[in-house]
Amino acid sequence: MSENTQNQNPKQEQYSLNDDRRVKVLSPGALVAKRFFRNRLAVVGLSILIAMFLFSFVGGLVSPYGQDEQFFTYTQMSKEFVGVTRNDTMRFVVADGQNFGSIAQSKALEAVKKGSTEFNYKDTDYTVDIQSDDFYVVYQGSDVMGYASRDLVNEADGAPKFSFDVKLAALTAITAGESDFTADGVDYTLNKDGEIAANGEQLGYVSRFVVSAADSSVVVTRDFKDRLEEAINEKADKFNYTDAGGNEAEYDIVYDASTKVWSVKQMTETYVYDRYASPSKAHWLGTDTNGMDMLTRLMYGGRVSLIIGFIVVVIEASLGILMGGISGYFGGWIDNIIMRVVDVFYCIPSMPVIIIIGAAMDAMRVDSWKRMLYLMLILGFLGWPSIARLVRGQILSLREQEFMLATEACGIKVWHRIFRHLIPNVIPQLIVTCTMGLGSTILTEATLSFLGLGVKYPFASWGNIINDVNNAYVMTNYLFIWIPAGICLLLTVLGFNFVGDGLRDAFDPKMKR
Amino acid sequence: MRNYIIKRIAQSVLILFCVMFIIYALIRSLPSSFAETMAMQLAQAPGAKPYEEWLAQLNAAYGLDLDIIPGFFTWLSKAIVGNFGDSWKWNVPATQKFTEVIGLSVIMGGISFVLSIVIAVPLGVLAATKQYSRTDYVITAAALVGISLPTFFFATLLKLLFSVKLGWFDLYGLVGRDYAQLDAWGQFCDKANHLVLPIATLVIVSIGGYMRYTRTNMLEVLNADYIRTARAKGLSEHTVIYKHAFRNTLIPLVTIIGGSLPGLFSGALITETLFSIPGIGYISYQSMVAGDIPFTMFYLSFMAVLTLASNLLTDILYGVVDPRVRIS
Repeated sequence: MSENTQNQNPKQEQYSLNDDRRVKVLSPGALVAKRFFRNRLAVVGLSILIAMFLFSFVGGLVSPYGQDEQFFTYTQMSKEFVGVTRNDTMRFVVADGQNFGSIAQSKALEAVKKGSTEFNYKDTDYTVDIQSDDFYVVYQGSDVMGYASRDLVNEADGAPKFSFDVKLAALTAITAGESDFTADGVDYTLNKDGEIAANGEQLGYVSRFVVSAADSSVVVTRDFKDRLEEAINEKADKFNYTDAGGNEAEYDIVYDASTKVWSVKQMTETYVYDRYASPSKAHWLGTDTNGMDMLTRLMYGGRVSLIIGFIVVVIEASLGILMGGISGYFGGWIDNIIMRVVDVFYCIPSMPVIIIIGAAMDAMRVDSWKRMLYLMLILGFLGWPSIARLVRGQILSLREQEFMLATEACGIKVWHRIFRHLIPNVIPQLIVTCTMGLGSTILTEATLSFLGLGVKYPFASWGNIINDVNNAYVMTNYLFIWIPAGICLLLTVLGFNFVGDGLRDAFDPKMKR
Repeated sequence: MRNYIIKRIAQSVLILFCVMFIIYALIRSLPSSFAETMAMQLAQAPGAKPYEEWLAQLNAAYGLDLDIIPGFFTWLSKAIVGNFGDSWKWNVPATQKFTEVIGLSVIMGGISFVLSIVIAVPLGVLAATKQYSRTDYVITAAALVGISLPTFFFATLLKLLFSVKLGWFDLYGLVGRDYAQLDAWGQFCDKANHLVLPIATLVIVSIGGYMRYTRTNMLEVLNADYIRTARAKGLSEHTVIYKHAFRNTLIPLVTIIGGSLPGLFSGALITETLFSIPGIGYISYQSMVAGDIPFTMFYLSFMAVLTLASNLLTDILYGVVDPRVRIS
């Protein structure tokens, strides 16, 4: 120490040998600090802790994102666009004003199947005119009742509806292979694609495909249908189509044999949560399963872990000091009772009990915020006995010392004697125990959160961030999700243990040689 | 000594009684949704009794219809003779399920216990004899890292490295997919293979504590006057350390090792759960989460007995190993 003094005071030659100023006086606290800072591990631990505190408490303020702010992204997703079925059943269309119900319709089909062209239903005779395999017309006498066809007559977009007569005429013309027909006094033309036009205006078309849009926002144009039919007939599995606005899109065609439906899928941009995004400039550690920024979650997680640790240790220490102090000072039956209570608490298996309570809170759907409070209370309430034991043991020896006799002689109140004179003497050991306790509390909380029984979404905690590894895919492919959280956790607990160890050595110079 | 032991045992029984009561009261005051769910299911069967009747019947069967205090004594009177009731989750008596799975936990715990002692004690002694050397710093730091390692994180790292990247072990479970086709030796190897990672986890996580404990006690002994005397006599450093110092370090070591023996039966709740090893820890975790009251009550009482036994054993061993304590 004399060397130090010399270095710090170059003017020491001016003082006489027994001058007080030659000697630097260090308070006990300063001595402890000096011993502490000489311990390399302890200094490393302290730096880790300072870094972690800055990361968690300042980092959260600096981070541009919120704790539970979700991010979105556009992704190419194959989305069902339209479904196409080929009409393979005979569909009846009943003439206007005629009564030709479904039973009669099936009678007609039955008759055709038997090869007959006549059938009787409800005392009425009908005749069927089989124009081709795909087109029959049903008459009662000379009145057309309706027709059955596999082809469907559709109106063009925006064109007026076809009347029954037009449809019948169109189908008849198609079956006969004619290229024009007249119905309702209008001349229509028919090309080989089945398109119906009148006066040069496209009015509709005949087709065997039924195209239904996947949702109401999709408008299927005639042009698109043509392109689609062509693609289906070519048995292509994808095709391109440029719509009227000039937007080209690619469509995939998937045929499902069991339902006989071609489903047409369009690759579209979809707005989704940005899940498990890899680290990038915007998200240094990527995003998690809910599309939240991982680095920000990590900062807030650190906050939660550290705050829970501190509150739990404060609860433990206050209960422990109170019970231990009373027990140690009074001794006798009070001591006996309190120590048996401590024994009982010691025996309660804390981890299983917390797991059970956590599972029960799950069942009761306790709000995440309240849950965190309960967690702290339970951890604190189960942890005080070891501190009580420590305080009691110290006080038992301290109270026999002379200064306690002096406090008694001065007539100081019992309360003050315990908490002003005895407890301060226990503080060094308490600080060591509490520092180490902080580390283990953070570990316990993290383990519980990892099991999903501690801190819950939307709050982050290092434990529940690592919880994602329960999904083996995340474990193997998204290391950036769980490795940083684990390292933070390890470093923090390590920091507390290093500092606690260093403090123990610093407070107890006997251990140093 | 005998009087002391008898007194301690009597005390332990009293403490056990209190602990069991607290546990019972705690579990009973939780919402007993299991009986209700079961009653709901039973009542939905065609031609079944109404829900209320089933609920009443189930509650009576499980002793849930009594108040907490009479309920506790009913439970206790059965528990004393070893009847802890049928587990709800496993549908067998709780004690039967326990005997099925405890062996695995003891084997796992035993191997890792022996391994960690064998590794930790020499390292602790080494660190103490070379205090403040680089070796000491490395060992102390490693011990603290071991203590600070979150089990679940470390186990996941091991899984990633050895199961996923290297593919040496399976991720979960005690037996592989083709277990049934293997011969006896193959089955043994299969199980052993599945236990490697869990045991490694347990060893690494527990090694630090023993190492630090050995180091602290060894340092204390090395500072004692009789060690100085031994050195002054001119004994070789080897004799001083292994004959005089280490033997005295054995006193606290044997005490703590004896004290942790009952802990071998408690299973490793977290590690077993992480690796899905059906030992007592994993089984009871599943029971607890499922709200299986009989099994949970059994497990908690068992744990309390183990804690008491280890405290008792520590105190008694201390007297046996250290004659100085015995006199007082």
